[in-house]
Amino acid sequence: MRGERAERQPWQGLWLATPTLFWLLVFFVLPLLLVAVVSFMTRAQDAGGMLPFTLQHYERTLGIFSPILWRSLRIAALTTLLCLMMGYPLAFFISTRRSTVVRSLCLFLVILPFWTNFLIRTYAMRTLLANEGTINGILLDLGLLLQPLRLVDNQFGVLIGMVYGFLPFMVLPIYASVERFDFRYVDAAHDLGANDWRAFWRVVLPLTMPGVLAGSALVFIPSVGAYVTPVLMGGVRGLLIGNLIARQFGGSGNMPLGSAMSVVMMSVVLGIALLYWLIQRFTAIADGR
Amino acid sequence: MVVEAGRGAALRNSAVQRDLAIRAVGRWLGLTLTPIFAYAFLWLPILVLLVFSFNESKSVSRLSGLSLGWYEGIFANVIGTGADFSTDEMLESFQNSLFIAGISTFVSTVIGTMVALALVRGRFPGKRILDGLLYFPLVIPEITQGVSLLLFFSILAKWWRAMSGQVIQRGYGTVIIAHVAFSISFVALVVRARLVDMNPNYEEAARDLGANEWRTFWRITFPLILPGVLAGALLAFTISLDDFVVTFFTRGAGFDTLPIYVFGLLKLSPTPAINAISTLMLVLSSLLVGVSLALQGREARTIR
Amino acid sequence: MFKKAVFLLTLLCVPVVLISAHAAHHEGWQCPEGYEGQTLNVFNWSTYIAEDTIPNFEQACGVTVNYDIFESNEAMLAIIRQGNPGYDIIVPSGDTVATMIRDELLIPLDLAMIPNMANVSPDLLDPIYDPGNAYSLPYQWGTIGVGYNTEKLPDGISSWEEVWSHEGPVAWLDDRRSMFGFALLLLGHDPNTADADEIAAARDYLIERSGNVVAIAADDGQVMLERGDVDITIEYNGDILALADECECDTYAYVLPVEGTGLWTDNLAIPVDAPNPALAMVFIDYVLDAQVGADISNYTAYASPNQAAIDQGLIDEEMLMDDSIYPSEETRMNLFTIQESTAEQDELYNNAWDELLIFIGG
Repeated sequence: MRGERAERQPWQGLWLATPTLFWLLVFFVLPLLLVAVVSFMTRAQDAGGMLPFTLQHYERTLGIFSPILWRSLRIAALTTLLCLMMGYPLAFFISTRRSTVVRSLCLFLVILPFWTNFLIRTYAMRTLLANEGTINGILLDLGLLLQPLRLVDNQFGVLIGMVYGFLPFMVLPIYASVERFDFRYVDAAHDLGANDWRAFWRVVLPLTMPGVLAGSALVFIPSVGAYVTPVLMGGVRGLLIGNLIARQFGGSGNMPLGSAMSVVMMSVVLGIALLYWLIQRFTAIADGR
Repeated sequence: MVVEAGRGAALRNSAVQRDLAIRAVGRWLGLTLTPIFAYAFLWLPILVLLVFSFNESKSVSRLSGLSLGWYEGIFANVIGTGADFSTDEMLESFQNSLFIAGISTFVSTVIGTMVALALVRGRFPGKRILDGLLYFPLVIPEITQGVSLLLFFSILAKWWRAMSGQVIQRGYGTVIIAHVAFSISFVALVVRARLVDMNPNYEEAARDLGANEWRTFWRITFPLILPGVLAGALLAFTISLDDFVVTFFTRGAGFDTLPIYVFGLLKLSPTPAINAISTLMLVLSSLLVGVSLALQGREARTIR
Repeated sequence: MFKKAVFLLTLLCVPVVLISAHAAHHEGWQCPEGYEGQTLNVFNWSTYIAEDTIPNFEQACGVTVNYDIFESNEAMLAIIRQGNPGYDIIVPSGDTVATMIRDELLIPLDLAMIPNMANVSPDLLDPIYDPGNAYSLPYQWGTIGVGYNTEKLPDGISSWEEVWSHEGPVAWLDDRRSMFGFALLLLGHDPNTADADEIAAARDYLIERSGNVVAIAADDGQVMLERGDVDITIEYNGDILALADECECDTYAYVLPVEGTGLWTDNLAIPVDAPNPALAMVFIDYVLDAQVGADISNYTAYASPNQAAIDQGLIDEEMLMDDSIYPSEETRMNLFTIQESTAEQDELYNNAWDELLIFIGG
């Protein structure tokens, strides 16, 4: 009967999908295709692209600009790692609170900063770390320092700013997966002679891996393309690829070069997303799902 | 021999004890200290902002006396240097933000819910492609979305000007289009999750009782997925309200949203004034979160 | 100090205006009729206008003004090139005016609508970058120099060499042509060179001396200086002098390095596709009014091109005497001006500037 209906209406529900299809194709995919095309064009006098086609923007992106690309990937990877190291215990801590009220409160304390404007949050971190900020001010007053520590306007500042900005993205998916985790598995592991460490590595971590992977993706992707945090925290030493791209569409006026940088960055991110998807597939198959 | 065996056991014993001690410390470090540190990390900057917004001087490390001076500035319509900033303009930018978030949330919630229904209940060629397409806005970095739309709108405007001689101005329209483009996915994915969890027997029962599709949807499906729709809408609204990068590249002349305005303020205004504004914004958003959580809690209770 | 004085004056003027509205109107600038309810979009540099300039214009003409800020000529130019998003007034520097005329990005001025053009100093009329003022009229002019914190540098500073070798955080300015200009000058080349090798040499010269650079200020160096993020910033004179003025302290100082530095003139112009060019001309006339122009310059601490304002004694005496605001002939001998930028120069300087950014701080 179902089969019969499907045969009668091979286009069932398509009209429901049409508006989204239209919107995403015209205002998402088409602009991205434009970027891809322009990245192979020669820079025109008005900063746009013109014929003939050329590979010179890719040569420069992967040549002279590659240090910034590596810097962006390195800082994004470090951000993800630090978020994971801090976010996992935090998520674990929250989801193992017995009282519902305490658990909600703990979660609320993570979400609330997340609801504050991203720029303001980042600026607050800068206030704490700046040359004449809170930490340096107190340490100098106490006589523990003679010169202020240089905590902002460098890569360190960007790293701290990004960990601060993206930590909730890591905590929430892990929290969701730890909460779903059945702790009787741990008891079972203990009964079978495993100690806490072993139980964690062999049982808890694998079963909460989907949360870890989702959180890592949610932190890594915006970190690679970050624009705001480097501007507010990094000065010129913490410049990342996102800032360089923005410059090409603004002051430096070389849209084809900016497009090539975007395509390279996008390929890296999509490559990692593909890897994530493959890992997920693999774990699903391994679990017999 | 015997003595040696005994010593071996003692050694093993002390090793085990040391091992246990290390594990206990590790456990404590991992399960207690790290969360405490994480909370301090999350809240210290905000608390510093809050406390020093009441400081008399400009210092953010030494309290020289309590004062409401920086708040008075805000209410006296002075928040920055020169004519670049004023409280009125900031409120205007906030209105723009609310307007844009409102419209783009409405549009993306309607068509995002539709596409979620299509994906779960429909059958048509290209469904998998559409499914993949929905993940695009989540995977493509914001900066790429921003510059690609900038390129798109600028080419479109030039083409239109050459064709018709009319000038397209960027502003509400372009920003809303961009916000809808990245919001649809969030709504669709949240609603889809809800639809997948839903028991299809209810719908079939309604149809068996003679209800047409339209009636089935409004009487059965919609009330059941409503929490998902609301959650999706809330997510879309929050993201739109907070967006800086995409808005920055698609906005028009003299057109600010709150984040765009705040960005200018952060660059050009004295620190304590910003602290005071941030504190007010923080209070406002906590109230919003509190109210929405309270409403959700009440809804959860009534359903049970 | 000046700001407060201006503010007090405005405050005092309000009752007078209210009591004798007619008399007061004859004194000040009068808006031509027929613009009520219209909108004007102004795109200007940050901290570059007096607090009441815009509100007064809105009141005089019954119009609404949207005011936006940009941080560099290049950033403004990029936005106009992508299709004017709706600005009626922009404020490019001389060389950028030339570029924009070349690329047909400006609308010619109807000088008949701007009688206050007569107030502009003859020295600044008919400039090389815009013969006959067909497209632009001067807004303000000034120098680029070094702003520094006197508490961090008690011995002061006088040369570029000392900026490069300072042991503490320094901000440069996101004004590539001027920054390369300094390097070219110090290397003994023409600051306006179009020679690729000389530009590359200037780039390397700057990279070698960037060890203490933490930020490339987007026209906000004075804020970094005030917040203590840097000890030294390269900035436009008015931004530093207004800061020194506002804080009523001796913490901030501005110097023109002895080796020489840049001189610039910013101009009011109307970009193509401006929605309301007629009102834009009215606004230009308003800004060139002696009193309005004097208020702007007294507030922003830049030099006024408004000879009438100077002659009528409307410009603050102290500022007129200040060599870093109105440089003497002798000082001006040591200053270079960026001339027109060809398309090839644009590309060379832009590429070199981006490459320089990568290597600062490794």
